[in-house]
Amino acid sequence: MGAEMQMRPAACPACAVAPSAEALADAEAPKDARLFLSLPTIHCAACISAVERALNGTEGVRNARVNLTLKRVAVEAEPAVTADRLVGVLEAIGYEAHELDPGVIAATATDKAGRDILMRIAVSGFAMMNVMLLSVAVWSGAADATRDLFHWVSAMIALPTIVFAAQPFFRNAFAVLRHGRLNMDVPISLAIALAAGMSLYETARHGPHAYFDAALSLTFFLLAGRYLDHRTRAVARSAAEELAALEVPRAQRRTASGEETVPIAEIAVGDVVLVRPGARVPVDGIVAEGQSEIDRSLLTGESLPAFAGPGMALSAGEVNLTGPLAMTVTAAGQDSSLHRMADLVAIAESSKNRYTSLADRAARIYAPGVHLLALAAFLAWLWISGGDIRLALNIAVAVLIITCPCALGLAVPAVTTAASGRLFRRGLLIKDGTALERLAEVDAVVFDKTGTLTLGAPEPTNLGDHPRRDLEIALALAEGSAHPLARALAEAGRKAGLHPARVSDIREVPGYGIEGAFGGERVRFGRAAWVGAQSGAETASWLQVGARAPVGFTFADRLRPGAEAAVAGLVALGLSVRLVSGDAPGPVADLAARLGIADWQAEALPEDKAATVQALSRDGRRVLMVGDGLNDTAALAAAHVSISPASALDAARVASDIVLLGKDLSTLSGAVTTARKATRRIRENFAISALYNLIAVPIALVGLATPLAAALAMSASSITVSLNALRVR
Amino acid sequence: MQIIAYLIPISLFLGGLGLGAFFWALRAHQFEDPEGDARRILNEDWDDRPKP
Repeated sequence: MGAEMQMRPAACPACAVAPSAEALADAEAPKDARLFLSLPTIHCAACISAVERALNGTEGVRNARVNLTLKRVAVEAEPAVTADRLVGVLEAIGYEAHELDPGVIAATATDKAGRDILMRIAVSGFAMMNVMLLSVAVWSGAADATRDLFHWVSAMIALPTIVFAAQPFFRNAFAVLRHGRLNMDVPISLAIALAAGMSLYETARHGPHAYFDAALSLTFFLLAGRYLDHRTRAVARSAAEELAALEVPRAQRRTASGEETVPIAEIAVGDVVLVRPGARVPVDGIVAEGQSEIDRSLLTGESLPAFAGPGMALSAGEVNLTGPLAMTVTAAGQDSSLHRMADLVAIAESSKNRYTSLADRAARIYAPGVHLLALAAFLAWLWISGGDIRLALNIAVAVLIITCPCALGLAVPAVTTAASGRLFRRGLLIKDGTALERLAEVDAVVFDKTGTLTLGAPEPTNLGDHPRRDLEIALALAEGSAHPLARALAEAGRKAGLHPARVSDIREVPGYGIEGAFGGERVRFGRAAWVGAQSGAETASWLQVGARAPVGFTFADRLRPGAEAAVAGLVALGLSVRLVSGDAPGPVADLAARLGIADWQAEALPEDKAATVQALSRDGRRVLMVGDGLNDTAALAAAHVSISPASALDAARVASDIVLLGKDLSTLSGAVTTARKATRRIRENFAISALYNLIAVPIALVGLATPLAAALAMSASSITVSLNALRVR
Repeated sequence: MQIIAYLIPISLFLGGLGLGAFFWALRAHQFEDPEGDARRILNEDWDDRPKP
C-alpha cells in the first residue's frame, strides 16, 4: 500500500465512485490483515476500553486501537480473521460497527500534508518568538554594536527559517507565475523574500531598521491560515472517504467449484454473479436464475419494488430484496453503469470549477494593486530623494510588508473553519471549499422525493380497516420475510400490540410473497397478481385467506424526520421550494400536500430533473438541489450547490457539495443561515483588513513606517480578523 | 553586557529543545487522536501496573 495509493483519491473524481479495487486485492494478500471498522456510536472512555478489550480478546487479533476522533478502530490480525467476525464481536457487546474499505481510507490514515504544515508552523513560531525578543531590545533603544549584534543573530535565525518554512508560498507563487497569472501567494512571497533580503543588506550596512521579525510573523500567521484551510478540507475529505469506504466493492462470483468473493474490478462479461437478498447489485447483468423483487428507488425514484425473474435486466446500484439471484454479467468495468456515473461526476466537477471564490476574487484585485503601489512608492521616492535607491527600496519594502495580505490569508480560512465546524457538529459535511459561499447565495430549492424527503422506507396506512384476525395472520406471515413492506407491517403490528396468529408451514416464495397454513386453509401475503387481486395506484401488499377475496394493505413512504421543518424553514428564509420526483403522480402529490409544497412535478426522468434546474438557472435563480439517487446526479451537478443524504448512492454523494450525515433534514435551513452569516463575516474581514491598510499604507508611503509599526499593524489585523471569524460559531 | 553572550545561546537552546520535543510528538503520532487521548486518561486499565 504505497504512495501511489495515497494519490489515488485525489487523482480523479471518478476514482471515488469506483474505489480502488486493485488496492483492495493488494490488501488481501496473505499477510497480516489490517482491518478498519467504523464505530459510529462510540463516544466515551468506557467505550474505548470495552471495544479494545473485546477485540483484543478475539482469537487471531494481534492489536486493536480505537481512534475516537475518527470514530474508527484499526485492527491488526492474522489473515484468517474477517471483518464480519469482528463486526459480530462488537455487535454482541452493543456497538454498531461497519467494515471500511482499507484502500479508500488509507489516504487519510496519516495526514502527511497537515503534518508538514504543522512542522513549518512550529519552526516559524519558534524563530518568530526568538527574533521578536531581540527586536524588542532594538526597539527599546539598543544602538551601535549591540543593535548590529542583535540584527546578525536575528538574521542567523530568520534566514534558514524562511527558506524552510515559507517554501509552500514560494512554490505556489512560482507555479502561478510560470502560467502568467497572479494569486495571493505572489505578493506574500515577494514581501517575505524582499523583507528578508533588504534586512540582511541593512544589517550589513549597520542600518537602523531590520524587518526580520515582520518576515517571520508574516510566515507564521499565513501558515496558520493555510493550516486551518487544510484541516477543514482534511476533515471533510476523511469523512467523505469514510462514507465511500463503507461500501466495500466486492461481488460473489460463481465458479466451477462453488463461489468466491472477488473485487468488482475482476468481474468480466459473461461471469455469473450471485446477489443475496439485502445486497446491492454490483454490476450490470441479466437474471439467469432465481426470482425476487428489487428496489430501484436509488436509480429511478420509484418507491414501489419491481419484480425480477430470469431474463430481466438489472443495473448496478439496485437492491435485491427477497430471493437470491444469479445474474450473467453484461457490462463490467468501463462499460458498466458505474462508468456512466463517473462521467456524470466528471461533468459535475468541471461545472463547479467555474465558480471563483471570494478569496480569489479579492486576490485578483489585490495582488496587482499592491505591486503597483509598491512600485509607485519606489519610483516616487527615487525622484524625490534624487536617486537614493536604498531609501526608495526601503520604503517600497515597507509598503509591501504592511499591505501584505496577512489578514486576508486568515480572513477566509478562519471563517470557513468556524462555520464548517459548526455545521459538522449538526451533521452536515461541507465537501467543497466554496460550497458555503454558494449556499449563501441560493434563492431556490429543488427537492427529490424518494430517499430525500422520505426515508425510502414504507409505513402501513390502513391497518385500522382490517379485522383483527386478518391483521394477526398478516403479521405472522410478514414476520417471516425480510421484504421492506413485510418488515414495515411487522413493525407497525408489534407497535400496535398485536400478536401474530399461529400460522404453520410459513415459506417465502421469492418475488411473490409469503404463504402458510392457518386453520386448515392456505394463507398468502404478497403481490397483487399472486393472490388474484387488481393492483391499484398505491403501494400495497395483499392478504388472501383461503379462497376468500384478497384484502389490500396499503403503504406510504415514511417522511424523513425534520422534512416538514426543513421545508417550512427554507420557505421562511424566502426561498422557493419545488419537488421533482421520478415517482408516480399519486404519491408525489400526497407528499407535496403534506409538506405544503405547491410546486411539484412527477414522473420526471433524470434529464427532466436536470432541465428543471437548468431552466431555473437560466432565469437567474441560484438553485440548491437536494437529492440522493442516480437519477438526481445530473441535476445535482447542474445546480449552483447541492446536498445529498449519507444514504445516497456514491455518484450522488460525489456530485454534491454537502453531505447530510444524520437522518434529520431540519438542519437544512440552519445551514443556509450559517452560510449566509459566514459569507457576511468573510466580507467583514476583507473590510477590516482594508481599513488597516487604509491607515497603515499612507504612513508607509511617506516613509514613516518602522518595523515596530509593521509588527503592530500585522498582529492587530490578524487577531481582529480571527476573533471576528469566531463569531460564526 | 557579557551576560548576553550566554543568555542568547541559552534561550535559543531551550527554545530549540521545545521545538525538538514538538517534532518528536508529531512524528510519534501524538496528534492523531486528540479526542481519544483526552479520554484515555480516565480509563482505569493499567492503573496499577504498566501495560506489558
